Amino acid sequence: MAAMSKIATGNGHGENSPYFDGWKAYETDPFHPIDRPDGVIQMGLAENQLCFDFIKKWLIKHPEASVSTAQGVNKFKEMALFQDYHGMPEFRRAVAKFMGKVRGDRVKFDPDRIVMSGGATGAHETLAFCLADPGEAFLVPTPYYPGFDRDLKWRTGVELVPVHCESSNNFKITRDALEAAYVKAQEANLRVKGLLITNPSNPLGTILDRDTLKNVVGFINEKNIHLIGDEIYAATVFMEPEFVSISEIIEEDDVECNRDLIHIVYSLSKDMGFPGFRVGIVYSYNDAVVSCARKMSSFGLVSSQTQHLIASMLSDDDFVDDFIAESKNLLFKRHKYFTRSLSQVGIGSLKSNAGLFIWMDLRRLLREKTFEAEMELWRVIINEVKLNVSPGSSFHCHEPGWFRVCFANMDDNTMAVALSRIRTFVLKNNEAMVPPRKLCRLSSLKLSLSRRMDDLMSPSILSPHSPLPQSPLVRARN
Amino acid sequence: MAIEIEKPSVGLSKVAVSETHGEDSPYFAGWKAYDENPYNESSNPSGVIQMGLAENQVSFDLLEKYLEEHSEASSWGKGAPGFRENALFQDYHGLKSFRQAMANFMEQIRGGRARFDPDRIVLTAGATAANELLTFILADPGDALLVPTPYYPGFDRDLRWRTGVKIVPIHCDSSNNFQVTPEAMEAAYRCAESMNLKVRGILITNPSNPLGATIQRTVLEQILDFATNKNIHLVSDEIYSGSTFSSSEFISIAEVLETRGYKDSERVHIVYSLSKDLGLPGFRVGTIYSYNDKVVTTARRMSSFTLISSQTQHLLACMLSNKEFSENYIKTNRERLTRRYDMIINGLKTAGIECLKGNAGLFCWMNLSPLLEEPTRESELALWKVILNEVRLNISPGSSCHCSEPGWFRVCFANMSEQTLEVALKRIHKLMEQRRRRN
Repeated sequence: MAAMSKIATGNGHGENSPYFDGWKAYETDPFHPIDRPDGVIQMGLAENQLCFDFIKKWLIKHPEASVSTAQGVNKFKEMALFQDYHGMPEFRRAVAKFMGKVRGDRVKFDPDRIVMSGGATGAHETLAFCLADPGEAFLVPTPYYPGFDRDLKWRTGVELVPVHCESSNNFKITRDALEAAYVKAQEANLRVKGLLITNPSNPLGTILDRDTLKNVVGFINEKNIHLIGDEIYAATVFMEPEFVSISEIIEEDDVECNRDLIHIVYSLSKDMGFPGFRVGIVYSYNDAVVSCARKMSSFGLVSSQTQHLIASMLSDDDFVDDFIAESKNLLFKRHKYFTRSLSQVGIGSLKSNAGLFIWMDLRRLLREKTFEAEMELWRVIINEVKLNVSPGSSFHCHEPGWFRVCFANMDDNTMAVALSRIRTFVLKNNEAMVPPRKLCRLSSLKLSLSRRMDDLMSPSILSPHSPLPQSPLVRARN
Repeated sequence: MAIEIEKPSVGLSKVAVSETHGEDSPYFAGWKAYDENPYNESSNPSGVIQMGLAENQVSFDLLEKYLEEHSEASSWGKGAPGFRENALFQDYHGLKSFRQAMANFMEQIRGGRARFDPDRIVLTAGATAANELLTFILADPGDALLVPTPYYPGFDRDLRWRTGVKIVPIHCDSSNNFQVTPEAMEAAYRCAESMNLKVRGILITNPSNPLGATIQRTVLEQILDFATNKNIHLVSDEIYSGSTFSSSEFISIAEVLETRGYKDSERVHIVYSLSKDLGLPGFRVGTIYSYNDKVVTTARRMSSFTLISSQTQHLLACMLSNKEFSENYIKTNRERLTRRYDMIINGLKTAGIECLKGNAGLFCWMNLSPLLEEPTRESELALWKVILNEVRLNISPGSSCHCSEPGWFRVCFANMSEQTLEVALKRIHKLMEQRRRRN
């Protein structure tokens, strides 16, 4: 039988990572509050589900935004025929404006530098094709999004060299780490063409501070390599400190930068919660890259039907301003509730102010300080606690014991169930380690926890999609 | 103000600086001329008429009517999956209802003579992505695909640019209406071998672009036999399958496989799209249908780079699962394309111009070789420039389609109103009159 290519038969698709194993466990036994209350709760999927009602209100008020409604159908033919890879001008203008607003209007984006791609997934691959030849390398700080292994390497033949970051300084990217990685690449005979940073970070949920950003810009200019700034979580910064984009840094007086090296990846999948619409953006300050990426966008254009919808939505300034504020507010509340509840049972996480997840610290629960122990713990969490969380090793984290746990992809009820499961598990673990006479104190601790949890569950964030609000403790009693 | 540094820019990749994107071809130069001076019946009646764009604009009213009568296709309310579910849906398997609808549609187009399994349908953002994706899967960089000439100019980019795969042409000529022959396939294979290229597959377009004709059953059998003998893949790009003028004349490779009991079908893969048949190029709807499980799985994984917007999947799932609508559409679309085709063929005949006998597609393959100064590519391009700049029609020269015989041109007829087509025909008449008077 005619064989397939090496790309096809290899493992470059990346699906053998534990990142995806947890998803499989979830798919075979997915949690449902009524039909499957003991199912696996999905906490491995970084989706933003908090703002849909807000968006729906806008859609109902604006039927003309959809080319298939009676009010919008007069534009149907024009949209259906529009396949120009420059993208609709209204779409590009609206996205450029949105990107600016998300950065507090501290910087302006040029609509003519906006290039479409098949989601951020497509954007990353496109940039890799544009900037590097097969066998060349990008540096990527760890821990990083597992999908990069596929997006940047699979069909392009480009290599990734990790820049190791440690918990000792909250996983900050240091100049030393960058230099070390660069040297390592050279020793492996890999020509480094660029550095990819994700800011805000996935999986850390933190943002890069000004000094780090300046360090990074200094480094890439010195080495004369490209900088790709993946800023797809830019609007999920829900708390101080304020987000600083690479686009802002290069405008600063004391920063020397060759702009031809700077490229931003953006998307509406996280900030707006529209992963299904496949709206990916390559924004480059390099004209040749804009031109090349635009030609390549033929392989992953945004559906004109979707361009039209997004253009309408994002050109409504009031909507956008309200949306950004509301989204921040809901994320802040959810994050606070989640992290507070966790710390009450002694579970800490990296201090974060962005993203749709937390970087949970379970190092003390490891049998030993190894990745095998991390995998053991992970299997327990999936199979016994019934939560799909993502083990740090799948993010190439250098230290075992960290887990990414998503909190924005479920309603309040499910969140409460997840927390109660975590609480049960931790207390069971503690009991196993704690001498018996302390048990009474622990059970009274349980009660006071539940009271506190009810306090935190404010009605305003209950989603209409969730079934009748019910404390999981009530359910447990029944 | 920030300090900008002028340094010798770190290079881009070889792929980025190569010209394999193909945009320097006259195929695209004509588009530019049109963009700069586009025809408009009232505001620019002497502008360039676009006849180089294979779009289907004859049946939009059917689509619009459907949308006006079926609000559920657009609403995200009761019954239909809500907006939230739709906006979140990024599963690379694709919406089941949409795959089902596509499978049904493909069956209807083939008059029920072949069955399609929705689980073998992989979704991509357009046939452009589908062809590139299949190439990544079936061939390694430096390998070759055999493609009969003349072929769609976009293949040079889609099959080669980022994949590093080469195209070795299978030369076809007018002596037998440009049909593929076993001899031509063998010659191409030997040519590849002599260049030390490993042939991984053969890619055919059926109905053919630019010929506007379907491939006959015997030829399809020969092509399949050839692929089997050489143990290579066969990709059949059938994006014009719904644009045949009569249902019975189009024979899909799927039907050939069906009659062979699907024996040895794992080497066969079909590319489909709604850009031509439904006239929706903007919506980016492409599919790969493979009889090979491994190819399906891998293609599905790769489709992550090029998924179809869930919003679009939802709309089209509604539309295409409405049997009444799709049957009526297919039938009416065929009738209108046939009418358009007859109109242009007769108009050209009256002007003294012959075309290849066609039975499908959105264009005809026009023979202007009698007008060439010399039977050369240069002469053809000179004539093309005259037609573009003086007659002001953007048509596509055969050389941009890698045709080995100079003098042929692809002329699109379905991307304009009948009135505009009349104007175009009048201009062609004038050109021929002038030529006759000169002689």
